[in-house]
This record gives sequence, C-alpha cells and structure tokens, in this order.
Amino acid sequence: MEATRALTAALELEGLTRRYGEREALSDVWLSLAAGQTLVVFGPNGAGKTTLLRVLATLLRPHAGRVRVLDCELPAQAWAVRGRVGVLAHEPLLYRELSARENLRFHARLHGVGAARVEELLDAVAMRERAREPLRTLSRGMVQRVAIARCVLHDPELLLLDEPYANLDPAAVELVQPLIGARVGGHPYTRVVCSHDPSGGLAQADVVLGLQAGRPVLARAASEVAPEEIAGLYR
Amino acid sequence: MSAIRELERPAASAPAAGAKRQTPLWQTVGALLRKELLVELRTLESVPGMSLFALSTFVVFHFALNRASVEGEEAAGILWVTLLFAALLGVNRLFVADADQGGFDGFLLAPVERSALFLAKALTLLVYLLVLELVAVPAFALLLLGPAPWPALPGLIATLALADVGVAVIGTLVGALAVHTRARDLLGPLLALPLLVPIVIGASRATAPLLVEAHRSAPASKWLLTLGLYDLVFGLIAYAVFDFLLED
Repeated sequence: MEATRALTAALELEGLTRRYGEREALSDVWLSLAAGQTLVVFGPNGAGKTTLLRVLATLLRPHAGRVRVLDCELPAQAWAVRGRVGVLAHEPLLYRELSARENLRFHARLHGVGAARVEELLDAVAMRERAREPLRTLSRGMVQRVAIARCVLHDPELLLLDEPYANLDPAAVELVQPLIGARVGGHPYTRVVCSHDPSGGLAQADVVLGLQAGRPVLARAASEVAPEEIAGLYR
Repeated sequence: MSAIRELERPAASAPAAGAKRQTPLWQTVGALLRKELLVELRTLESVPGMSLFALSTFVVFHFALNRASVEGEEAAGILWVTLLFAALLGVNRLFVADADQGGFDGFLLAPVERSALFLAKALTLLVYLLVLELVAVPAFALLLLGPAPWPALPGLIATLALADVGVAVIGTLVGALAVHTRARDLLGPLLALPLLVPIVIGASRATAPLLVEAHRSAPASKWLLTLGLYDLVFGLIAYAVFDFLLED
C-alpha cells in the first residue's frame, strides 16, 4: 500500500465501503494516487469498478471509510469537486434527440465554458460533419467520441473513464488519445481507468487496483504487477 | 436564494482550493430550459399528448352529458378536472429523458446549484400548461360552454395563472420523486392527485361565477388568495427538499 502513496495525492481512499442495500459493492478499499498519475482498475463484471468511479465522481456517497478527491473530503466537500472531474461512463450522458453540437453546448453552458471550446472538440473527435444530426442516428462509436468530448469539455483535473475505448475502432482510439490518453506535456490530469484489457491497461497504469466482488485483491504500483496476476482476477 | 444555498456548504470546507466557480443560477436555468424545450420540440412527447387528451375528454363529456352546453359549477368542474388529468400526462414525462439518458448525472457533475433543475423543470411544465390551455380553453368554449367566454377571460386568466404555478411546482416535485421508482407511471399520479385536489377546488370555485350567463361576477378573491398561498407554501417546500431528491 505504501508503494502507492505519494506526497500530493489526487485520490486517497481509506477503508472505502459502499453498499447497495445489504450487499457490499465496495468493501474496505485503501489506495492513494498522486496527481498526474493513472490508476487502472481491473475486475470482472460486478466487481465494483463502476461503483468506485461513481463514488469518486460524487454521484454516490461512501458508506464507510475516508475518501479524499482533489484535496476535498467526500461527501462533505463534494460541491468543490464537481466541475473538476470528467466522467466517461457506460451511458454517454447525452440526449438522444439532440445533436452532438447541441449536447456539447448544453454541457458547456452548465460548466460555464464558451462555444469555441465546443467547436474545438468537435474537430478533435472528427465529428464536425455530423455535428447537426440527432445522436440517435449516429453509430455507437460516434456517440462515444461525442461522450469523450463532453467528458473533457471543461478541462477537468481528474478523468474517470469506464472502458473508454469501448465501441471505438483503432483510428478513433488514436483520435481520442490526445484527449483522454496519458498526457505528455501540457496541463496534467489524473486518470482512473476501468479496463478489461490486462496488457493494454497495464501499459498505461502507474497504479493498479484489482477488484473481486467489491474487495481489493490487488493494489500496487504497476511496475510490480505481472499481466498474469490481472488475468487471474477473471478466473 | 444563492446566498442561502452558500450557507448550506459546510463551514469547515475551507481547504477546497481549486474549486471551480459555480455557474450562475440564471445561466443554468436558461441552459436547462432551452434543452427541455428543444427535446420536446424534437420528440413532441408531452404537449401534443396533453392537448389531444383534453380535446378528447371534452368530446366525451359533450356526448356523455347529452346536453348542448354547460355553465357555472358544472362547467368549471369539467374544465379543471380535464386540465388536471392532462397536466398529469406532462408530469409523468417531465424527468423521463433525464432518468433514461443520464441527464441527472450530467447535471449533478456540473458546478451548478441543484435548485436550478427544479426551477427549469417547473418553468418547462408551466410552458406545457400554457400551450395546453391555449388549445383546451377555446375548445372547451366551443364544445361545451354555454355562456360567451369573452367577459370571463380576465378572471379566467388570473385563475389559470395561479393554478398553473401550483400544478408546475407540485408536478415537478412529484415527478422528481417518482422517476427513480420502478412504478413511476403509477406512482406519479397517485402522489400528485391528493396534492393537486386543493388546486382543483380553489380553481373551480374561483372559475364557477365567471362561467354563468346571468349574474356573472369576478372570481371570489378568497379562492384566488387560497391558490396563491398554496403556491407559496409548496414553492417553499419544493425549494427546501428538492436537493435531497437528487441525492444518492
């Protein structure tokens, strides 16, 4: 655990527990992640990955333990975290009847971001030509690209990414790398990425968290983790 | 309002360095209202349904009563019960897109006052009711109402305005409460009806003296006052509890 502790922690979890009714979706999770680092969370379906992201995003309250995100205690200071995290979830958090541009402009207004940033991101995810079409008419990969643009619209300090490359073809993966990939230079951000890809996930990780039935069975620096250990989580 | 909300932030939250500036309330409400109306214009899921329901109900009353026209308390009762049930159709749909398409999460992740969602949804419902009444009231006058509607208009507009505010406030509150449940289509009307009954009573009593041929009089001010007070009380209750409805 100490191996993952850093001086300026973007995330600090001390015994985080979260329940749904009687069932513990997350149980006694300890972790620390320095600002600018990438945490990759592995685990089979139902292991608690999405719940962890939702707690960090302030969408769910922790039921026990201490959670600090970007120097703010949750849930007491959740208000100070909002607007500083970018969330890419399974659902794109976009309205199907609105176009990509209308959706992004709506979120830009909520975050107090100018319309120029919307156009910049439509270009970045190569969606300008289809920007006026309702989202329901776009392919899942295109919707995912718009969701990625929404996620980084307000230049967040912390990215919470749930299988970010789902539905994307290789060209699209390359396209979105500058937006949500490990950042080299520029304004640094911290990332928490949920992944089912042992080698791909490990390659981008500074810290690895392995979950099984809500329990942390692996929490170490990525350099100390072998791909076989991650594959073992799914057996 | 903003000042009150700021006080709710814990006093011990000083170290929240780097916290983003909250988006102004009016800007958030504007963004939400614009989005709501845009989605409704694209889907036409609520307002046309509400209006068609009201028209169909008047036609049913027209034939079921087997009378050429109605007036007074009878007319007021038919008008307000029809408007109430038509409004419930809108209440039921008010939060569906947000719940089904992740709109709640998108909103909650932004640095905004949560009461902005309440204000925007209540304004949206108010717009829906306005459009509904622009269709339903003339249709009512044409299909059922005996006396000429024109002298009644000023009093009717005042009563409609006060009742609409109450329906919008209570409808928004109940819609937010019901949308997270599995039986939302059932629970919404079941919760809303008892709360909306006083509005129907007040509005009917205020409207009845307007819809008579002889001895037409202005709406009784006590009923208008009752409606106004009811709006105020539920407005305050909604403002106080709405944030908690969005909480995990």
